[in-house]
Amino acid sequence: MSTALLVLRDGRVFRGEPLGAVGETSGEVIFNTAMQGYQEILTDPSYRGQIVAMTYPLIGNYGVNEEDLESRKPWVNGFIVKECSPVASNFRAGMSLDAYLKRHAIVGIQGIDTRALTRHLRDHGAQDGIISSVAGDPADLLARARELPGLIGRDLVAEVTADHAYTWDQGLWELSRGYVAPPPPRFTVVAYDCGIKWNILRQLRSAGCGVTVVPAATPADAVLALEPDGVFLSNGPGDPEGVPYLIASVRRLLGRVPIFGICLGHQIMGLAGGGSTYKLKFGHHGANHPVKDLATGKVEITAQNHGFAVDPQSAERHGWEPTHVNLNDGTCEGLRHREWPAFSVQYHPEASPGPHDANYLFHRFTGLMTRKGG
Amino acid sequence: MPKRTDLRKILIIGSGPIVIGQACEFDYSGTQAVKALREEGFEVVLVNSNPATIMTDPELAHRTYVEPLTAEYVAKIIERERPQALLPTLGGQTGLNLAVALAEDGTLDRFGVELIGAKLPAIRKAEDRQLFKQAMERIGLALPRSGYARSLEEARAIVRQVGYPLIIRPSFTLGGTGGSIAYNPEELEDAVRWGLQTSPVGTVLVEESVIGWKEFELEVMRDLADNVVIICSIENVDPMGVHTGDSVTVAPAQTLTDKEYQLMRDAAIAIIREIGVETGGSNIQFAVNPDDGRLVVIEMNPRVSRSSALASKATGFPIAKIAAKLAVGYTLDEIRNDITRETPASFEPAIDYCVVKFPRWAFEKFPEADRTLTTQMKSVGEVMAIGRTFKEALQKSIRSLEQDRWGLTLERPAEDEELRQLLRVPNPDRVFAIGEAYRRGVATQEIHALTKIDAWFLEGIREIVARWTRARRSSSPTRPTSTPRTRRRTRRRRPTAPRSSSSAPGRTASARASSSTTAASTPPSRSATSAWRRSWSTATPRRSRRTTTPPTASTSSRSRSRTC
Repeated sequence: MSTALLVLRDGRVFRGEPLGAVGETSGEVIFNTAMQGYQEILTDPSYRGQIVAMTYPLIGNYGVNEEDLESRKPWVNGFIVKECSPVASNFRAGMSLDAYLKRHAIVGIQGIDTRALTRHLRDHGAQDGIISSVAGDPADLLARARELPGLIGRDLVAEVTADHAYTWDQGLWELSRGYVAPPPPRFTVVAYDCGIKWNILRQLRSAGCGVTVVPAATPADAVLALEPDGVFLSNGPGDPEGVPYLIASVRRLLGRVPIFGICLGHQIMGLAGGGSTYKLKFGHHGANHPVKDLATGKVEITAQNHGFAVDPQSAERHGWEPTHVNLNDGTCEGLRHREWPAFSVQYHPEASPGPHDANYLFHRFTGLMTRKGG
Repeated sequence: MPKRTDLRKILIIGSGPIVIGQACEFDYSGTQAVKALREEGFEVVLVNSNPATIMTDPELAHRTYVEPLTAEYVAKIIERERPQALLPTLGGQTGLNLAVALAEDGTLDRFGVELIGAKLPAIRKAEDRQLFKQAMERIGLALPRSGYARSLEEARAIVRQVGYPLIIRPSFTLGGTGGSIAYNPEELEDAVRWGLQTSPVGTVLVEESVIGWKEFELEVMRDLADNVVIICSIENVDPMGVHTGDSVTVAPAQTLTDKEYQLMRDAAIAIIREIGVETGGSNIQFAVNPDDGRLVVIEMNPRVSRSSALASKATGFPIAKIAAKLAVGYTLDEIRNDITRETPASFEPAIDYCVVKFPRWAFEKFPEADRTLTTQMKSVGEVMAIGRTFKEALQKSIRSLEQDRWGLTLERPAEDEELRQLLRVPNPDRVFAIGEAYRRGVATQEIHALTKIDAWFLEGIREIVARWTRARRSSSPTRPTSTPRTRRRTRRRRPTAPRSSSSAPGRTASARASSSTTAASTPPSRSATSAWRRSWSTATPRRSRRTTTPPTASTSSRSRSRTC
């Protein structure tokens, strides 16, 4: 049986079997604790630049279908599982996970001790690594892993953003009906695409927003020229400080138009609003993070996927107040400006994959636009 | 919200004797609750007639009454102890039923005792089939389609909407008398005629059969601030038609996409809110049509259950303990998570392993008993095993049964036709029969057609057998290895007791202990012996919610039988 290697920058080596395409790939190795939803994870553009290891050991059980996509293709740099199911058992399954990864040339590794890997990343931090199912020499791979650029300061958004503006017209998924037609739009929203997940667009559309998606480099004046009721800042990969052009645009938009940001959009908002961001040791990637709404005291179970976070103190000095906090590690999960109609969350109210507890935030956004519009 | 200060003394009702159809889960939950409430400084009064439980140990509760679990006796205890509250959700169905009786006969009002955890209307809504159905309709969730018929014509009208196969249940009969399954118009005619005759009120419930659908359970917790979390999802390897207690089950759910799982999660949250269970754990069961994903609600237990015990041990989230703390006013985010000790209990455990629960039957003690597994639970206990894969956990669970079974092999030879029957009709040997079928070269598709077990589980068993076959070939290349007898001869290192009627499947630990060869390699487990004796001594037939099919109309929810 052929072998594959995972070599981390700090020298740790895992030996397993090839998964998906045969070849070599590199990226920041992180772990995700969601127990299902691998197809959504693979196609989430926020994972650009990263090799994702699933902590749940049995992946691929329900195969891959044509519906559970969060973008047009998988974006992960690589994929790591303990055991990939050879059988795809679900009425919607179209192909096996392995076949899907092969089709999209995603290099992966399986059969390694993903628990040991997870513990290593928790103790030593997320770090660059290489998966190879072609090279046999770990020393050579290690030398190359040490040359990898990391995520800090890099503009990965440019790799995943749309190359031209487009409108979105698909609603939410329903069993036996698929993606339903959305209601007629009541608001005009411009969504900055930093690697936007389709379910955010579906949620916005279902909440009554007519959405125009624009590339991340679109200047603020071009957005204002569309006379939107609100602007949305999407999720996306990598370091928010790697996209200074978007920070500059948002700085111009703040206070002029209602803004809602998710994930990278939250970090961009924090930076544009005067705050600072920092890198987390191993990030939050999963579907079970408890977040407390500081206004209501209610706890939401949230989907999360971020390696950077906003320093809330730095933002508070510039008129922002924290609205949500992560109950696991106390990090900032949400911000709201005291005067401007602007708020953002670090987690993923659109879920997909993950719980739907935070759907209300899309209505908070339309509420903000309603008040603004009079 | 902090702990309530208006309560000082709390009454907990245990669940009485352990009987067939329980896995002594209520001793677990009751004991946890007593400890948790004591820890919070409450005075705890316990009533339980079963002295062989941990919860009745003298040092646990402040006062322990070993008295009959009847409304009359518990009322006297209330009169004497004057507790401010009764926590009814931790003593299983017995505790819940008693609490309802005491609320309905005015005892609780008379002595100013508050039901905490679940109030009377919530218990009624969950337990009464009609009220439950109405509640589900209000929140847009489906139950198996059904209707009442007083004549064959009316039954046929219902069939046009529901389709075959159907379950026909006569109203107001006990023990499922007169109930049957109809696969076609001829069988319908017989079934309805017989049902109408049996029913004292001349009506039958005609219900869509969900036999063969995939079965799931969610363990849900809610606090007074309306925070809701899902502790664990459980998927039954055996599809609908077999009681969960008699099913091999797996946690977490294995064959649901995130979209389907979230539909189920949303439904569970809506259900616990609509039913109005204020605090604590509930168990909600669903069936999913494997062909189109259609989701129907089967039932809800507004209390901790056998599955809660499994979910607690599978995830490390102590459901009964947390349920007790929620009942006295805490919210989930105020309680520390016992595993991490740093993070709060308001989270949903994400595990990195697979858990298999395997039921333990004792049919060898009841040679007359029908070994067919149905909607009435027949197992006397269960084992849980954890592995990094389903295959690992399944095999560990089989070895944990203490039945001298080491793999997926039948204990006696079976002709092909008998094997097919073992696959088709649910029975304690079915998992082993699947192994044997693979050994005979039967394809997954065919095994699935016979068992309706999801192909993902079947493939796991196929891989185990394939590995077994490879290992046999490499160890003894010339010997044909397909019969259990041959295998036994070659397996020198693990001698088993001689085959006789007493060494049939499910020999007890004590029986094994008498065989010196076996005892040498596998010492008997004392706990297994005592658990066995306990279940034997209490194995008298007892009318419990699971062992009867009560009236189909109105009052009792127990007619909402889990399967059909």
